[in-house]
Amino acid sequence: MKTHFHWGLRLLHWLMALSILTTLFVGIAMVTSPSARLWLYQIHKPLGILILVLVVVRLIVRLQTGAPALPKDMPAAAAFFAKASHVGFYALMFAMPLIGWATLSAGGYPITLGGGLQLPPLLAKSDSWYAILRPAHQYLAFLFFFMVLGHLTAALYHGLIRRDGVLDAMTGRGRQNSARFRNDQGKK
Amino acid sequence: MRPPQKGTSARWVLLILPAIVLAVFFVYLAGLLTPDKPTAHSYIKALVADSGHHPGYRRNHAKGICVSGYFQGSGQAQSLSMAPMFANVKTPVMGRFSLSGGNPATSDLNQPVRAMALQLNAKDGQQWRMAMINSPVFLMSTPTAFLHLLQDKAPDPTTGKPDGVKIKAFFTKHPEAGPFLNWAKNYKPSDSFANTRFNGLDSFQLTNAQGKTQYVRWSFVPNTPFAPRAANADDNFLFEDIASRLAKGPASWDMQLQLASPGDNIVDPSKAWAESDKWVTAGTLVLNSSTPQVDGSCRDVNFDPTILPHGISPSDDPFLAARSAVYSRSFNARIFEQAKMEEKK
Repeated sequence: MKTHFHWGLRLLHWLMALSILTTLFVGIAMVTSPSARLWLYQIHKPLGILILVLVVVRLIVRLQTGAPALPKDMPAAAAFFAKASHVGFYALMFAMPLIGWATLSAGGYPITLGGGLQLPPLLAKSDSWYAILRPAHQYLAFLFFFMVLGHLTAALYHGLIRRDGVLDAMTGRGRQNSARFRNDQGKK
Repeated sequence: MRPPQKGTSARWVLLILPAIVLAVFFVYLAGLLTPDKPTAHSYIKALVADSGHHPGYRRNHAKGICVSGYFQGSGQAQSLSMAPMFANVKTPVMGRFSLSGGNPATSDLNQPVRAMALQLNAKDGQQWRMAMINSPVFLMSTPTAFLHLLQDKAPDPTTGKPDGVKIKAFFTKHPEAGPFLNWAKNYKPSDSFANTRFNGLDSFQLTNAQGKTQYVRWSFVPNTPFAPRAANADDNFLFEDIASRLAKGPASWDMQLQLASPGDNIVDPSKAWAESDKWVTAGTLVLNSSTPQVDGSCRDVNFDPTILPHGISPSDDPFLAARSAVYSRSFNARIFEQAKMEEKK
């Protein structure tokens, strides 16, 4: 039985966790601060595109390698919630960079990523689209952040209170033991 | 699942602590824990308090007119920056003339500060946006001081007018405003935007293909000779003039780059640079048509001066970051209002 996520997924998970948290913090700071805006904005855009690239790779690896099953004794509602939240995370990881990109397009802004790198607009300049996309980017960011906090707390609940191996599946902890355990099982 | 062990309450603390720390940090970055620290919104609030709320209009420089034309690069600044506009090519330009203040119906007679905003669209898709005014230096040294001025200028709730004593006290506390106030005192208004010189004031860094950098400021120097404002000029004379003038023929400005020498202040636009600095003519701006801003192409554009082509970057002048943050906020607010108005139609 699979006990851990594929190493590639674990690597992508932690890399993206760092990127996403940074992008969310940079995002809220750059629309607030009149002094730090420029360097924050210069980080926000390329980091968003990096997340978009990484989530494409991640979804492919995830579909190829699957996920370890949740513990059998988890309440059905909690297991459903866990699975639904993962779908939600994937949806947001795709949607947020694309909405950000589309927001700049609708606002008539050039989508510069630094170093002379520029992306084409996703749609034509439009007030009505901008008025939908710009608030959507912001409120989905709040939702994303809220989900990250919930995800983090739920993972720690599994790791610290239930200690059922769900957190280990992503940290990679106990991988050697479980491999040995599996081999022992096989021998029997 | 293993049975609960010793130290369970410590585990619960460890469980909720990370989320609390991250949430507090997020709320802090949103400015909610430091209500006295200026945010982009503080500027918008102060501007609206000074000029009233005019839906769909810019929160500052509300009265304006759209113009268009082209920028003919001279090739002389190519050795300073790899920006494509500096090559010996014609770059299409969309722009806007405006007056300072958030009142779109302000009189042209009582506004000394005129502005010109431009967006240069290079063939390769790169943009250069800028917004300049006609004073030789900016009023204040720092964005925060400028915010305090806007706040002190707000109409007194009892009289409905700005408090002269408060403003006087502000300027006593801020001697850096001296050069600007001196300019305003001796200001002789011309009869047109076409013979007005516009200055970028903030400093930028140019980078050439070899990676060599140079700090600059720039000015658009008119080729139309000065003529004083007519004695019988009316409240819209500047806007009527530029519309009829461009209908008859083009108006042009030379773009002059002032190259910083040691000692020139990069971060403070209230300080003039040395008169002995070298100047380079980067090209000529030619404007040949105008459209009222109500439905002109400049209406829904954020002339954020930090939108720059590769080869030009913002300096550490704090006004650039502040302008970018505040313009963006103003842009969002008015585009949302604009979209609502379009929906109603």
